[in-house]
Amino acid sequence: MRFFAKFSELDSALIPKGVKRCSFQCFLVWIGILHIPLMVGVVATLMCWGLALNVTYLNNNFPFGLWIAADLGVIALGAGAFFTGFLRYIVKIDELKNIVNFAVVVGVICYAAAQGILGVDIGQPLRGWFIFWHANVHSMLTEVAFCITCYFMVLCIEYFPLILENRRIYKFGFPHGVAHHLHETMPTIAAIGVFLSFFHQGSLGGVPGVLYGRPFAFREGFLVWPWTFFLFILSAIACGPCFTILITWITEKFARKRLVKRNVIDILAKISGRMLALYLILKTIDTLYWVKVAGDVGSPFRSFYANQPYGYWVLVMELGILGVIPAIILLSTKARQNENLLILACLLNCAGIFMNRWIMTVQTLAVPVMSFDKFISYHPNWVEYASTLLWLWLGAIFISLTYRYLPIFPQEKELNPY
Amino acid sequence: MFPFAFEWVNDPVHFVFMGSVYTVLILLVIILHYCGIRGFLDWLCKKEDHNDH
Amino acid sequence: MKEVHHKGHGNEHHKGHGRTYKYGMVIDLDKCTGCGACMVACMAENNLPFRKDNTNDRLTQNFWMRVYKISNGRPFPDSEICYIPRPCQHCEGYDHHHHTPCVSVCPATATDYSHETGIVSQIYTRCFGCRYCMAACPYHVRVFNWWDPKWPKGMNKYLNPDVSVRMRGVVEKCSFCYHRLQRARNKAYVEGRREVHEDEYQTACTQACPAGAVTFGDLINPKHKVYKLKDSPYAFRLLEKLGTNPKVYYVSTKDWVRKAGKVFLGNEGRG
Repeated sequence: MRFFAKFSELDSALIPKGVKRCSFQCFLVWIGILHIPLMVGVVATLMCWGLALNVTYLNNNFPFGLWIAADLGVIALGAGAFFTGFLRYIVKIDELKNIVNFAVVVGVICYAAAQGILGVDIGQPLRGWFIFWHANVHSMLTEVAFCITCYFMVLCIEYFPLILENRRIYKFGFPHGVAHHLHETMPTIAAIGVFLSFFHQGSLGGVPGVLYGRPFAFREGFLVWPWTFFLFILSAIACGPCFTILITWITEKFARKRLVKRNVIDILAKISGRMLALYLILKTIDTLYWVKVAGDVGSPFRSFYANQPYGYWVLVMELGILGVIPAIILLSTKARQNENLLILACLLNCAGIFMNRWIMTVQTLAVPVMSFDKFISYHPNWVEYASTLLWLWLGAIFISLTYRYLPIFPQEKELNPY
Repeated sequence: MFPFAFEWVNDPVHFVFMGSVYTVLILLVIILHYCGIRGFLDWLCKKEDHNDH
Repeated sequence: MKEVHHKGHGNEHHKGHGRTYKYGMVIDLDKCTGCGACMVACMAENNLPFRKDNTNDRLTQNFWMRVYKISNGRPFPDSEICYIPRPCQHCEGYDHHHHTPCVSVCPATATDYSHETGIVSQIYTRCFGCRYCMAACPYHVRVFNWWDPKWPKGMNKYLNPDVSVRMRGVVEKCSFCYHRLQRARNKAYVEGRREVHEDEYQTACTQACPAGAVTFGDLINPKHKVYKLKDSPYAFRLLEKLGTNPKVYYVSTKDWVRKAGKVFLGNEGRG
């Protein structure tokens, strides 16, 4: 009991000044609850590593499944970090300083998740470093791996001063000074982040786009990049800020208080809406052009949507319900200011991006190419779900810890006087 | 591939790619060292007048 | 057009490296009876592991050579079937796709297109199992080792010592029995020859085919049988329109079979 009291004391000493947090017991129970699904994910991951990938529903027709779709998805969702950083430090929208820290936290989780999921997905995880050592620079996946790793470093460097700003650490002169200078150099770091993000968001689009053996995914393009390269960058920029808004909203619900002022959220939502609208226009043009090109190589449009569950509804869902509707909500000032509508738009937008990534990877493999190929459907099994969702629980724990001990919401004190 | 595997590849794409990677890595290392050293010097000189962020 | 692809520009990639070859295959579908001997021979030759409990599961069972059965979809008595043996197509790529679909995507350079032999190789010990190449291949040629390789007790004594067994978690595919080319070259070298004769290098599936449907050789060597066979007006290649430029040719006198291979570009039979 004395041991527990000591920890409780330490805990309260680490909580930032002037803000209220739940009791230590309550926090422990919350973290404990998160560990239950987390352990299921750990078991699933260990099964993949120990028993090989036959424990999944992946097969020779579907070498890519939930994992790769989730990988592409979380990286797009994590784009909020680089884009908010870009708007804050390079475009200099000053209000965004109130959410940029949290965007970085979300980004760290997303990029850690992407790397973690890839670590389970590859057949020989111990050889994962071959991608750097024997790099084939012509492969889109190499570009992705290098940029994601470098950008993860950038995110860690952006997160580092937040740790140094912890009440106990900040008291010391040295960490204080380092944090100060890191803040000073943040525009440069943000610029590097933008450079890296541009390339890896794009090359993730290149991953399906270059597959000229798969007319469903293949796109012509500009220089060495297919059109999907540019569409993926734009769609990531369009949905990243929405994901940041969504996670901020969820955190606010759990914390039971406002953490960020509405005008800050509104700026992000507005920019996100415009980007989404632009993306939808370009995506529509791309789709129309692709229908023509694919028809020329003997794959008529109808053949792509001939097999359920990938019927025409996929197109309507992706571009209409999960694209046009959130774009309209985000573009309208009135609708944006209604919190429920805003959150609905963010949800639809994020779901849309995930659906797009699923289509570009899994549906690409599902569409038969040889005329005598049989259509085979794929759905992930519990091992794949659990090992993917593992990162959701890890992310929740990470946000809980960060929120409890680090001053990530500069407006919290002002919004919740205590 | 060079410089990871100490093998030189004469390919422009390779130069641009690896060149970018190394530029980024070197920049990050310089930034970290700059902040570390400046922070250390500030601490030595007892300069504590930073504004809170 | 086929001549353009497989003739003439052989030396451009390997100046000063001596002769180049383009090993390829011509499979006469009119002769193929679908007996599966090629599949069995391939498995035995290349040490392919198999599993007792899922012999019919083609999604997870790994074949380098797979025989597809297709039908014209008509009712009796017009019903016809055809078997299509499908090894790796050893694509060369052309036009704006100068790369083999699977080779250009491999992030770890674990697979390569040899401009000397025209064979697409796979380095099992370098592959880390990202499976991007499998996604890139429209022919489902590449297969993944979902399990650790296992053979019934005692059977491991019958493994081919010339071919390495593959560990789990890596991608593998038909190599046109490359080890046989190495053996033939060694033999030729010992005998003071530079050239490997046509009959010295033949794949296991070619030799096993009882109907003689599979012919293997150098597509750019006029002395080899495949050189003439590939120019048959009934010859086609799978998914030619995609621009993969495969080195496996199929011959069928039946229109619907050639259509099923998607070869009709307007100038029938000519890719």
